[in-house]
Amino acid sequence: MILLSLETVYAGYDRAVVGPVSLEVHAGEVVGLSGANGTGKSTILGAVTGTARVFSGRVVVASGARIAHHRQRPERPAEIPLRGRELLAITAADPSECPPALQDRLALPLDELSGGQYQLLLAYACLGSPADLVLLDEPSNNLDPDSVGAMATLLHATPATRGVVVVSHEAAFLKACCTRIIDVNPK
Amino acid sequence: MNLELAFDPLFRVPLLLGLTLAVVLPVLGVFSRMRDEWLGALGYTHVAAAGALASGFLHWPVLICALGAAAVAALLKGAVRRPGNDLYAAMTIAGWAIALLLAANSDHGEVLGETLLRGQLYFATAPQLWLALGMAIATLAGLRWLSPRLLRQRFFPDHYRANREPAWPHEAVFAVLLIGTLVIATSAVGAMAAFALIFVPPWVAFGVCRSWRQALVFAPLCGAVAYLAALAGALAFDQPAGPAIVVALLALLPLRLLPRMR
Repeated sequence: MILLSLETVYAGYDRAVVGPVSLEVHAGEVVGLSGANGTGKSTILGAVTGTARVFSGRVVVASGARIAHHRQRPERPAEIPLRGRELLAITAADPSECPPALQDRLALPLDELSGGQYQLLLAYACLGSPADLVLLDEPSNNLDPDSVGAMATLLHATPATRGVVVVSHEAAFLKACCTRIIDVNPK
Repeated sequence: MNLELAFDPLFRVPLLLGLTLAVVLPVLGVFSRMRDEWLGALGYTHVAAAGALASGFLHWPVLICALGAAAVAALLKGAVRRPGNDLYAAMTIAGWAIALLLAANSDHGEVLGETLLRGQLYFATAPQLWLALGMAIATLAGLRWLSPRLLRQRFFPDHYRANREPAWPHEAVFAVLLIGTLVIATSAVGAMAAFALIFVPPWVAFGVCRSWRQALVFAPLCGAVAYLAALAGALAFDQPAGPAIVVALLALLPLRLLPRMR
């Protein structure tokens, strides 16, 4: 089943910064988008979520498919009385299935988590949600090697009904996690 | 010291109106702070004050003009789609300037302007109380629906657009509750006390509480305690209620130095 299809897409903001991009994401796949900084990897995700403008081509999301998006720079208030467990409830992610490194952190408010713990928690909030299509933008940023391993474990457990797109400039991470990698070349 | 007035049946309406506002404004303030839009309260109170003063020129009811001005400001804010506090700062200074200019050029403007600045809680009316109770009931009853949506929008800001779901229903409900309550509060306790009730208790709660549920209980508790203490002090020493409320709320700030709850 095709969950996401990009057909000769040119996307950007004031002007197109990436394209033509054509790809399909099938259920059960973890597709990596690799490339140097500024090549438009995040803009491709933006074309799917609607935050970037599609100048030409078509973006087709399977009918009824739910999307979860983890931003490259996630929202993080400096002070917020919201426990990790409460954040997971927002996306209906099961706290009992979250990475072991986070299990004893779920009772803490988000502002008491380290940058890496927060990054992993938000990624799990997306991957643990019932979304059919998960878009992860540089999810390994700020993560120590153990947490990168935990992220890889989460991605390896991708169910057969879900598609995942992972943007990263870390080739080794993509190679370890993805079933397919697409190199995004400059326009 | 004279606290007899506090037990006078005529004083029940002002007492209950202020207490209702002291509970519901901090709840709305918790969400405003979470959205990083806490300055919005000050912007809307000043725009509402300008609208109230415009009523003298338009010959329309004060409350309608205040609500209308705040609603127009909210629609403009929504149309610009700029997050953060910049536009609220612009609203505050624009509302302040327009209110003072209108006050200086109308017969009763000076009196009305002073009233909106200081509030007139002791002269509160039953319709004001019913409106405030309506807003409070709607806010508390709608929390279970509103809270997850506003939190999702804060932490996963692309969610609604990516899933082709409208965000405007919960945005509109929150704006109506916030603006409606603020306009009533501005007419009852004054612009600055209304802002203080929406700003200070959540500020304290964010420093003291560890969970969202705790914050939604602790902030209105702070508001209610500060309000009752302020009112008792204002009556005992024959002082205006608005500034007394602000002083009592500020006295809560050292609570932020306490260790966070478990």
